Amino acid sequence: MNGTSRSHTLVAMVADHPGVLTRVASMFRRRGFNIASLAVGNCEEPGYSRMTIEVRGTDDEVKQFEKQLYKLVEVITVRDLTDVSAVQTETALVRVRVSPEDRPGLADIASIFRGEIVDVGRDSMIIQITGVSETIDRFLDVIAEYGIDELTRTGIVAMARGTKTSRNGSARG
Amino acid sequence: MTASESNGSTNGAVPARSGGQVICEAILAEDIDVIFGMPGGASLPFYDSLYHYQDRIRHVLARHEQGAGFAANGYARATGKVGVATSTSGPGATNLVTSMANDHMDSVPVVYITGQVARPAIGSDAFQETDITGISIPITKHNYLVMHADELPRVMAEAFYLAKSGRPGPVVVDVPKDVFLEETTVPAPDRVNLRGYRPVRAGNLKMVRRAAEVINASERPMIMAGHGVDISGAAPELFELATGGNIPVVTTLHGVGGFPETHPLSFGMLGMHGLAYANFAMGETDCIIGLGVRFDDRAVGKVDEFGPNAKVVHIDVDPAEIGKVLDTEVPIVGDLKLTLQALNPLIEHRERRPWIGQLNEWRQNHPSLDIPDSPDTVLPQEVVRSIYDASGGDARVIADVGQNQMWASQHFWYEKPRRFFSAGGLGPMGYALPAAMGVQMGAPGEPVWCVTGDGGLLINIQEFNTLAAEKIPVKVAILNNAHLGMIRQWQQFFYEGRYMGAFLDNPDFAKVAEAFGLRGVSVSSRDELHEAIADAHAYDGPVVLDVHVDRVENVYPMIVPGTGVRSVIEDPR
Repeated sequence: MNGTSRSHTLVAMVADHPGVLTRVASMFRRRGFNIASLAVGNCEEPGYSRMTIEVRGTDDEVKQFEKQLYKLVEVITVRDLTDVSAVQTETALVRVRVSPEDRPGLADIASIFRGEIVDVGRDSMIIQITGVSETIDRFLDVIAEYGIDELTRTGIVAMARGTKTSRNGSARG
Repeated sequence: MTASESNGSTNGAVPARSGGQVICEAILAEDIDVIFGMPGGASLPFYDSLYHYQDRIRHVLARHEQGAGFAANGYARATGKVGVATSTSGPGATNLVTSMANDHMDSVPVVYITGQVARPAIGSDAFQETDITGISIPITKHNYLVMHADELPRVMAEAFYLAKSGRPGPVVVDVPKDVFLEETTVPAPDRVNLRGYRPVRAGNLKMVRRAAEVINASERPMIMAGHGVDISGAAPELFELATGGNIPVVTTLHGVGGFPETHPLSFGMLGMHGLAYANFAMGETDCIIGLGVRFDDRAVGKVDEFGPNAKVVHIDVDPAEIGKVLDTEVPIVGDLKLTLQALNPLIEHRERRPWIGQLNEWRQNHPSLDIPDSPDTVLPQEVVRSIYDASGGDARVIADVGQNQMWASQHFWYEKPRRFFSAGGLGPMGYALPAAMGVQMGAPGEPVWCVTGDGGLLINIQEFNTLAAEKIPVKVAILNNAHLGMIRQWQQFFYEGRYMGAFLDNPDFAKVAEAFGLRGVSVSSRDELHEAIADAHAYDGPVVLDVHVDRVENVYPMIVPGTGVRSVIEDPR
């Protein structure tokens, strides 16, 4: 019962009921799991939502987490996408303090990272950047010298490549 | 109808019923004849429905909601049905919290009907408003806040189904006062269909075959039987496995009685206060067959000394229990009874003389349950043995928590399932008296003994009133040592005798019992003991025996937490 700790990405389909997020969050906290990010929104089926959960732990710990998650009555399926081919992406909005003369330099960096300038103020800009988390981390690192005023990240959303949907996933057994 | 709700077919529209009536009908549909509760403002409309159903549903008025909850637990465990407890909103509901947590830890099916403030008042910090669904999320299997009477037929069906199926557990149905009154024409569903909840039936056949190979090849197998034997009704299949394969059996605290304890293949209960030889066996076995167990820390002790050379076959209905504590060679998720029915025909009978010889030698040399001489005092173990003798071994025994719990499990030889009841997981003192009430209601006419310490009794002593008012003929044996005994024992062992908060200045419990209208008897000698127990056993009503036992007797054997089975303290006297 050991192993090395790493980041896992789980995708769960859940009923869109009041309190379902509380149930999931309560289980995380009670069992001592540390959630790096959690993204939740509508999915292809009305009445259901899909959650993407990024959690750190050993494979055994995360397996236990997956089973506990699946035990919640309103959780329909759970799938661990960590070791399967999957698209994983995240969006960040960053407000950077920038003088008019520094704008072109920052815009250059943003375009290299395929970021988009979505708002320009007198002495600030908001950049929207979408990609894998590591790319966003590197972008933030590069623009740190300008002074990041405000940052918000959505957390990872993920989807397995190919035709198998995560409705087929399950932690049973 | 929204997502994940049952879409089972229904019978078409039915005459209008109030929310309260829908709940009563759902209780009757489960063949439940007794419920336990205490009313309050928010649940008054439900009590008005109960008034009209009192010829079919007996309501037992507990004197504290916790008592109602524990009684429902006892009723469920004695009958195998779902227990029902009810309270009002706010303090009524919060008083049930310990009971919910207890059911959750011990996998006991109880449905709680809690009143809630009327819908317009929800969220306004109204009088007696508490978010009981929010509070109970981590301590229930599931819960509901019912915002319209049209949801109630489905919710009640789901609540009972969730409570009793798969790994059983508590389900809360929180009903606003005006929803009890609201009328609906929606019929009860024929069946429950929850998309996110599909409990498994029999285990995977391939794994069952693999289990048989591992068991047949083992030289030193041990069956470790737990609460799942009771829950699944698998005692006959367990008996067939053990005797058919000639495989010795130990049980957990909740497994006690799942296999007859006087059978030569029974090696008693394992764990911190288990029998020395039961624990030695788990150290030396080469194949642990875990049946409906969760390998709890009080049972296993030090994990790396627990079957270090054993292959583990683990059958349990809850996938999350498998591989949680031990590396598992053969994991089988399934209902125990159905899975054993598939496994048993594949098991070969093997002599295993050296292993069984070794176990019996340990049993000879480490008797574990000898009662020392005690000329001047009555020992608590003798009280339990006296109940065993007086009842011919066929009583339902409900233990409280602490020393009394261990003695009640050790010094009575349980031959059948659902005979010994104890709150093993949560360990709430105050469990035994109300639970015994519920057991007696579920097993009318049978001898029911509540074995409690003096400390635990005081926690729910108000239920003496319920015993008297409802004429519930429970026999209460108080192992009165004027201490919180297990606290005193631990302070003696681990805090060099610095006793803090361990002494009890008790009232005269026999007089207290008399004041409540019960027969109360004070006992302080061995002769009085046997006579009082025999009298109580023969008496057709509730009796309280206040037995003044040795004040400093300890529970042995004891494995000090963190040490291995070989350093077990057998009895230092």
